[in-house]
Amino acid sequence: MNKMEVKVPATGRLHESTPHDSAAKQVAGRAEYVDDITEPEGTLHAYLGLSTKAHAEIASLDLDAVRAAPGVVGVLTAGDVPGENDISSVHKHDEPVFAETLVKYWGQPIFCVVAETRDAARRAAKLARIEYRDLPHVTDVAASRKDGGKLVTEPLKLERGDVEAGLARSKHRAKGTVTIGGQEHFYLESQIAFAIPGEDDEIFLHMSTQHPTEIQVMVAQVLGVPHAAITVNMRRMGGGFGGKETQGNLFAVVAALAATKFRRPVKIRPDRDDDFQITGKRHDFVVSYDVGYDDDGKIEAVAATFAARAGFSADLSGPVTDRALFHCDNAYYYPHVRVNSLPLFTNTVSNTAFRGFGGPQGIMACERWIEQIAYALGKDPLEVRKANFYGTDDRNVTPYHQTVEDNIIHRVVEELERSSDYQKRRAAVLEFNRTHAVLKKGIALSPVKFGISFTATWHNQAGALVHVYRDGSIHLSHGGTEMGQGLHIKVAQVVAEAFGVPVASVKINATNTGKVPNTSATAASSGTDLNGMAALDAANQIKARMEAHTASIYEVAPSDVHWEFGGIRAGQQFVPFMQLAESCWMNRVQLSAAGFYATPKIHWNRASGTGRPFYYYAYGASCSEVTIDTLTGEYQIDRADVVEDVGRSLNPAIDIGQVEGGFIQGVGWLTTEELWWDGKGQLRTHAPSTYKIPLASDVPREFNVWLADWSVNKEPAIGRSKAVGEPPLCLAYSVVEALSMAVASVADYKVHPNLDMPVTPERVLLGVERLKREKAA
Amino acid sequence: MGALRFILNDDDVEITEIGATTTLLDYLRLTRRLRGSKEGCAEGDCGACTVLVGRLRGGELAYETVNACICFIGMLHGTHVVTIEHLSPANGPLHPVQQAMVDLHGSQCGFCTPGIVMSLYGLWMRNPRPTVPQIEIALQGNLCRCTGYAPIVKAGLAMSSYGDVAADPLVAHREAMLARIRGLQDGQTVDIGVGKNRIIVPATVDELARIYAETPTGTLVSGATDVGLWVTKFMRDIGPMIYIGHLDELHAIREAEGELVLGAAVTYSEATGAIERHFPQLGELWMRIGGGQVRNAGTIGANIANGSPIGDTPPPFIALGAHIILRKGNERREVRLRDFFIAYGKQDRQPGEFVEQVRIPYLPAGEKLACYKVTKRKDEDISALCGAFRVFVNDDGNVGMIRIAFGGMAATPKRAVAVEEALIGRPWTTTTIEAAIPAFATDYQPLTDMRASAEYRLLAAQNLLRRFHLETTGSAERLSKAVA
Repeated sequence: MNKMEVKVPATGRLHESTPHDSAAKQVAGRAEYVDDITEPEGTLHAYLGLSTKAHAEIASLDLDAVRAAPGVVGVLTAGDVPGENDISSVHKHDEPVFAETLVKYWGQPIFCVVAETRDAARRAAKLARIEYRDLPHVTDVAASRKDGGKLVTEPLKLERGDVEAGLARSKHRAKGTVTIGGQEHFYLESQIAFAIPGEDDEIFLHMSTQHPTEIQVMVAQVLGVPHAAITVNMRRMGGGFGGKETQGNLFAVVAALAATKFRRPVKIRPDRDDDFQITGKRHDFVVSYDVGYDDDGKIEAVAATFAARAGFSADLSGPVTDRALFHCDNAYYYPHVRVNSLPLFTNTVSNTAFRGFGGPQGIMACERWIEQIAYALGKDPLEVRKANFYGTDDRNVTPYHQTVEDNIIHRVVEELERSSDYQKRRAAVLEFNRTHAVLKKGIALSPVKFGISFTATWHNQAGALVHVYRDGSIHLSHGGTEMGQGLHIKVAQVVAEAFGVPVASVKINATNTGKVPNTSATAASSGTDLNGMAALDAANQIKARMEAHTASIYEVAPSDVHWEFGGIRAGQQFVPFMQLAESCWMNRVQLSAAGFYATPKIHWNRASGTGRPFYYYAYGASCSEVTIDTLTGEYQIDRADVVEDVGRSLNPAIDIGQVEGGFIQGVGWLTTEELWWDGKGQLRTHAPSTYKIPLASDVPREFNVWLADWSVNKEPAIGRSKAVGEPPLCLAYSVVEALSMAVASVADYKVHPNLDMPVTPERVLLGVERLKREKAA
Repeated sequence: MGALRFILNDDDVEITEIGATTTLLDYLRLTRRLRGSKEGCAEGDCGACTVLVGRLRGGELAYETVNACICFIGMLHGTHVVTIEHLSPANGPLHPVQQAMVDLHGSQCGFCTPGIVMSLYGLWMRNPRPTVPQIEIALQGNLCRCTGYAPIVKAGLAMSSYGDVAADPLVAHREAMLARIRGLQDGQTVDIGVGKNRIIVPATVDELARIYAETPTGTLVSGATDVGLWVTKFMRDIGPMIYIGHLDELHAIREAEGELVLGAAVTYSEATGAIERHFPQLGELWMRIGGGQVRNAGTIGANIANGSPIGDTPPPFIALGAHIILRKGNERREVRLRDFFIAYGKQDRQPGEFVEQVRIPYLPAGEKLACYKVTKRKDEDISALCGAFRVFVNDDGNVGMIRIAFGGMAATPKRAVAVEEALIGRPWTTTTIEAAIPAFATDYQPLTDMRASAEYRLLAAQNLLRRFHLETTGSAERLSKAVA
């Protein structure tokens, strides 16, 4: 690469590429994470004692050796909880802090030990003598259904039209089952909590969490104190991906319990292996379907059941499985549809939010039946896709009765088809497969439509706090949390643009429940949409006061006051921003404001399965080409072209980073990231040595990523941008389908491979062998 | 007696008492409060704790990436440890590698970032203008969950335009640092602490032999890429710890007449050149053993002595007919490598005895050799199976000699004797190969575990024989893997 291509940092204006606000600190190792904070004198360290059974009664719990271990200050069990021994984020009372009489998964916390050092606590935790009486356990979807299919929360049904009639009159039917694996978040920074006791019942927590308010609520609930006693501070996470939406609750309440009991600061940080064992993951699904369609592959009716491994408690499994159903249509119109969810109880960690929140699993299932239809008809799956795309004026109502008003999927896909040279390359792939015996290629182009908003409508609110100081510097706090996604720089850009000052004038502060209360999780891709608008509201309040003040002291009409970059103009007079701030202060004008935003238009009736749960949709498409080795099943991604609709980007560099990162994370989920439980119900892929997320060398050999820069959000979202966090992850499906095509080549594309996800090398090889047998038969 | 002495960034460090299990990462973060290096996994797989360690290698000071999370303090005697804090002053300009990472948007959450910067820094010093494959190899031991790596690779391509390597302090002041490092060594054995906290750094191999014979319950540590996990994951004590990774004699690489002789403490990285010269067929395997940090620390002697059924060097070395030299006190004996592995967790090694050398015969003219490592993820993954094949086909087209050995297929690295039997003396043809395929089930009854099912292991092993046959008969189709 030559010097010409080295980018120069931009000014930070809205819609311009600007580096992440913490980048310079991060590359220097000076960005502070919770474990980097200098501990106050006397800080203690807690460690959890975990169940070594998937399902059992606790016959006896002997912690004498733990208490007697060197450096140990004390232990905590369920009996030490002054408030409620429960941290269910949906208040179902099914998630104890410490198991009392029954353990429901391997790795469930039973006690915690508090010691002078983390090492001492960790060693002591191993000394517990626990006797169990084994109970039968169910680890996966199949076992759970066989055992009666107990649900952890109420299922959902979406229905439109007459499915039975639709299926009956369809010329063809695609029936089958698709298995979609789970995924460990593998945030590089594991869970951590640091609680510092204050006066009276106060606790101050430094957290790595996507949801400071929920940490506050849970700590208050477990300690039995008012919310107001608890303050949660959150500067940055070393990755979240949904894994720190509810999964930090346990660590926060344990640290707070210990800090309360011992009146000393307490930190808790699990080892990576324990983090894997204790915390929830992406839900794996088994989806069974029956789809009716015609000779063109046009779908008439869809009936499907989405069964998910929810784990031992409800956690977020309700909304996650809901969102899977909300995305069972991806970008396609179904004249008749009925889909059901089954959030199944299993003796495993309680599965939870993970980037996409069930949506990706819905899309994977949908794309799988599209693929099956194409194989049955001998068509390119892209043709079948096009035949089923939502229309713009008709064929535009979703299974949940929301009308798709902003459909741009046709243009997105057409542009990608052209720019990726899809048709020509597909022909070349077919030719390659004719002339090669061991290596086989595949190519696929798949779309994504993703609904943006929390489907729990009340979460679609946000607050912000903005202060302008006398020197013109600006303090920004909002309810969103920074996990690397660039939320803070985007919101700072919004505020800087509003005041017409350089982004460097805006000081980004830690998220703090004492500054902005009652916040929503930074989740559902909504961080910028919600908090950007709230911050803008705060800025506009201050601006209005500044404008009125300016008109008054310069004695001009309010209409003669205009904002310019760097200050304000009153008639012929230009007042630099710093001077304006000072002048406001001298004249007793309030320079602080709390902003608020609630997403308009949305509503959702879960009982009837109707409404407008989504404010708008984000669109995208990807084209992937792969090569497989039919002797070992190993493969590589030769090329991927990815286009994502982010509306009018607030910061293209940050958005591209989300698209690239999301796509690769999706590739990992669907290829090498395999969760594997043994017969005793213990997760055996519990560290990077056994659980394989992508490396640099797994990135497509040619990787072209761009934004649909012509797209403008039809809704007046912040800067007419669109959310970007989750949708790109779903784009990785094209890799699966390309692998599928390569496998299918060994049977002349006549057998639909229906590979389980993740498509590991093993599954590719076993798929190749199966198709060869079927071809021979 | 004595003290552990090393240089940490610019500071001289002298330690006379420390836990044998104290890792460099804990020392940095807890004792020195240098918290730029992060703990992501505590098992040497994610690279968030990557630092550079400069060691004397053949009179030169060589800086290599190391996972601080599984590096014990006792392993640092006579070295220069460089952490992320050393790269740029608190309020000064960023280092060229850092600035490239900022400008190309190479960090998101930032937690892996210090480790990524250190890996790129190590690469930049030895190769300022790397290619994409070279960058990918340099990042084999670094996980990033946010970026998808594309901007990091771009930063690696761009870093040379941000500054001159010659101006880097580690390069510009290399001679002065070399002198400081030399000054740390007094030629005496270091022996500090007692019991489980005893740390011994012998001055010579003879000293090692004497001490280990006297202290056979001690733990020999060379690169700690496995022993590190005994501590960080199982909280085992390892003292007395006897460090051997610094001993020059054990780092000897002798490209002798007829054989390559490797000292037991030769790291994978050190051996790379000799392996590529004498066994180019192992080049791909070599660059897929761990990541850079693991290859810089892990040693060939320990890969063997450890006895793991999934070590990557035993299959090809067994196929090549390697021997090892075992030493206890002043007694030495030579053992065929294939005989060293007795059963799972059991090797032909007596208390107080250690692997001193590995002798690998060159491939005789006319013979063919291949080694295939099969993994879930292409790089930095433990083998589901690893197969080595060596054949000589007589002028008449019959198999004159065949050696097949696998890792991951049994409780030890193991020869496929029944398969070999089905091939020897027969024509090297598809018919013979297919007739030999069922014999795999005689040789191996592999396990199902998280890396692969028994069915897959057996099928892939059989297919690797088919691949070897295809390649030796001229019709090779292979995915290209990590060779830069």
